[in-house]
Amino acid sequence: MQTFDLAAKGLRELNSSLHALKGTTNMTEWEVINPKGAHAIAAGVDAPVDITVRGSTGYYCAGMNKQATIRIKGSAGPGVAENMMSGTVIIDGDASQYAGATGRGGLLVIKGNASSRCGISMKGIDIVVHGSIGHMSCFMAQSGNMVVLGDAGDALGDSLYEARLFVRGSVKSLGADCIEKEMRPEHLALLADLLKRGEADHKAKPEEFKRYGSARKLYNFNIDNAEAY
Amino acid sequence: MSDFPHTPPKQSWTFSNDVNAEIRRAAATGIYDIRGGGSKRRLPHFDDLLFLGASISRYPLEGYREKCATDVWLGTRFAKKPIHLDIPVTIAGMSFGALSGPAKEALGRGATAAGTSTTTGDGGMTEEERGHSKTLVYQYLPSRYGMNPDDLRRCDAIEVVVGQGAKPGGGGMLLGQKISDRVANMRNLPKGIDQRSACRHPDWTGPDDLEIKILELREITDWEKPIYVKVGGARPYYDTALAVKAGADVVVLDGMQGGTAATQDVFIENVGMPILACIPQAVKALQDLGMHRKVQLIVSGGIRSGADVAKAMALGADAVAIGTAALIALGDNDPALEEEYRKLGTTAGAYDDWHEGKDPAGITTQDPALFSRFDPVLGGRRLKNYLKVMTLEAQTIARACGKNHLHNLEPEDLCALTIEGAAMAGVPLAGTNWIPGRNGF
Repeated sequence: MQTFDLAAKGLRELNSSLHALKGTTNMTEWEVINPKGAHAIAAGVDAPVDITVRGSTGYYCAGMNKQATIRIKGSAGPGVAENMMSGTVIIDGDASQYAGATGRGGLLVIKGNASSRCGISMKGIDIVVHGSIGHMSCFMAQSGNMVVLGDAGDALGDSLYEARLFVRGSVKSLGADCIEKEMRPEHLALLADLLKRGEADHKAKPEEFKRYGSARKLYNFNIDNAEAY
Repeated sequence: MSDFPHTPPKQSWTFSNDVNAEIRRAAATGIYDIRGGGSKRRLPHFDDLLFLGASISRYPLEGYREKCATDVWLGTRFAKKPIHLDIPVTIAGMSFGALSGPAKEALGRGATAAGTSTTTGDGGMTEEERGHSKTLVYQYLPSRYGMNPDDLRRCDAIEVVVGQGAKPGGGGMLLGQKISDRVANMRNLPKGIDQRSACRHPDWTGPDDLEIKILELREITDWEKPIYVKVGGARPYYDTALAVKAGADVVVLDGMQGGTAATQDVFIENVGMPILACIPQAVKALQDLGMHRKVQLIVSGGIRSGADVAKAMALGADAVAIGTAALIALGDNDPALEEEYRKLGTTAGAYDDWHEGKDPAGITTQDPALFSRFDPVLGGRRLKNYLKVMTLEAQTIARACGKNHLHNLEPEDLCALTIEGAAMAGVPLAGTNWIPGRNGF
């Protein structure tokens, strides 16, 4: 286990050390102490390592992550795991706005609640939120899966493309072109897998969720839909 | 009765033929006009400025004998690896998707041969442009189409795009007819659907957030890459100051003549300011912060010649960027294709329906039958020639003003032909010492 005191050594040295890791490294276990809400912690990691941040983080923790498993033993500031490519990010507490924004792959698990715009413009990432998500979540979400064990705020999935949204609780309102869709067996199987990987299979069953997706009416501009633009 | 002269037919200035045609088009189609390019209005521009040249009190440099340097460093503020270009004329961001793969290759070839940089666009980085561009700027756009850390690390600079001159405050839409399999795959979206580009970034709003976003990009790339911030010509003084405050190495300022792949005509013609009005405000912001020449300023929007380059630099820019002019150099809107432009209901010089993907020049299209007409080697050579000519022209003017580097050009070398030009550029009206708004009234 490599223990890195962020308060003592600073952000640049942390990220520089993490970026230097390659696939053959034997330094696979990392612990970051004294994060004190710093921004860009473990941003741009590209190695199959396990990093535990003991405390809360500022903006863009685990930004553009590839391969790494990053555990935040606290809450995460805005844009956690933004544009993640692969790997896993697990947050014990809550996540601020834009969690998982534009993520392309990997798994983001938020064990508390997520604020507004969770999964905005997501492009392939899987997101599992044990609590609730705020307004405008999954805005223009292109692909990937969002699972919410709690409730969703206003305008869920506004201008949605091909992302699949699963919500167990209430949805305050659906955004433009987002509709409830039939839950078929393949979706239940997908959901079961996501709940398991998201460490939530003991909290909820796939049958308790509703599925939301795009009505695909805004995919090509049509003046008759002008009120939706 | 017949002896009295008739009142001749009189067209309305307000309801001109063009205006009436647009009203009829809107009524027939129910959709606003979408087109490519920048503003087509007659705007105050570099044509409103003249160089004074040398005189008894200023002596010139000898053409072809005394050196007039043209190189520029970009990103010297924070980046470990700033960019050094041979010439101060760069290629502006234009996306693969809006442009064909061969056209992107030609831009890379021409820019590299001339010793300058080219820039990606919405949609990500293609192998054509990375492979053929010695210096490639990677745009970081609101849509984040094609964004990934590997390309961030293999680019030479990162350009955070806040806005562009053709549509400050606007997003974009690449219409379905240009979404080929390859374009769709790069953007993680189904083929054939309209692909919207958001008007603001998904994970930051405002200058304080931008500062943190820039920190993240620097951390991901180990502080190696220069980070540009591109803004449209809306509030250049404050946008420049805020970009500097947020930590930009370079500010890119795009006036309303700057082109776009496609947006509403009403947006292009009615939002934003001409580049002439923007440059002095941006330079003043840099000077007020003590950052002029420390944070470099690249300006774009209607740059056509070495004279425009020299005028922009005399007003305080460190470099310029060209987009529309580069496409014309490649062969866009060439009168040799007039017959085909006529079939599309337009004429050479006026063709701007780039979003429809029917470009007979093979540049703004994803149709293999059309883009295979375009020779990227020849296109690259034409662009190199054009960039070289622009540079020679700018050097000619600079030498005439007694300057041994293009960066030594200054407002004192200029006068204005029009009151508007004098007021916007902050230089005297020709034959007077009057700078409107500065000295008295």
